[in-house]
Amino acid sequence: MTVKSTKVETLPIRSGDDVVRVRQRVRALAIEIGLGLVDQTKFVTAASELARNALDYGGGGEVRAEIVQAGMRKGLRLTFEDQGPGIADIEQAMTDHYTSGGGLGLGLGGAKRLSNEFHIESTPGAGTRVTIARWK
Amino acid sequence: MDRIPILKLGGVLIVTIQVDMHDRLALALEEDLTAMIVRTGARAVLIEISALEIVDSFIGRMLVSIAAVSRILDADTVVAGMRPAVAITLVELGLELTGIKTALNVERGMALIQSRLAEEEEDGCGGDREVHEG
Ligand SMILES: Nc1ncnc2c1ncn2[C@@H]1O[C@H](COP(=O)(O)OP(=O)(O)OP(=O)(O)O)[C@@H](O)[C@H]1O
Ligand SMILES: [Mg+2]
Repeated sequence: MTVKSTKVETLPIRSGDDVVRVRQRVRALAIEIGLGLVDQTKFVTAASELARNALDYGGGGEVRAEIVQAGMRKGLRLTFEDQGPGIADIEQAMTDHYTSGGGLGLGLGGAKRLSNEFHIESTPGAGTRVTIARWK
Repeated sequence: MDRIPILKLGGVLIVTIQVDMHDRLALALEEDLTAMIVRTGARAVLIEISALEIVDSFIGRMLVSIAAVSRILDADTVVAGMRPAVAITLVELGLELTGIKTALNVERGMALIQSRLAEEEEDGCGGDREVHEG
């Protein structure tokens, strides 16, 4: 089925305050497409993880937010992008509890579990792009 | 710099997290709590988080690390008031709040702390009681 984007916006991720703003915007969009409270909370948490990764490891970046529609179904898709050092070993990075920076190593695996769709691409030296979606 | 106020009630330090935490604030809170446990000899830390709409790995790490330091300083950590949606999300995120006790609200959190402290005191004089009874 074809997926249509009905609303697109881009937010910067340059500071901790930006991460807070991303969370607030994702919450508002999740409410707009009618996600329930638990689903909103899951998706906002996933977004928070990816925004923080883009800031901490990617040296900052941006997120594109889209309300998507496939037939009667509405969803929210977020694409986090940075031009940082990239990830050499994605499988390792996705492994729970793996961290290169003193974190808990739960951000990527957690974001995947908290979303309906998860896609990660990274080119060492060029940057990282992570796309997640949650459907109503 | 902003700081989160810490309240002292008997041997318990109480913190209410109401703002969206950012890095500096989280680090400052950890430092302040550590210093205050040492200064006051507090036996427990109660962190009230009912205002938090999410707990991500960043906040989770802060809570776990506060609990770890508190434990070394012989103080318990109780997190009170976690929203149900947040609790459900934490499980899927994979975050285990190691070393942290949770309570539905501040009142229950305080009750939990009091009963733990009372238990410890009893343990402390358990030998005496045996002598009396025998
Ligand atoms: N955007 C990114 N650019 C470069 N490396 C990244 C990026 N995102 C994640 N990584 C790498 O993947 C590892 C795992 O990320 P993940 O978010 O799962 O855990 P963490 O950030 O280390 O800890 P946590 O998210 O639990 O606080 C990171 O430690 C980092 O090495
Ligand atoms: Mg992370």
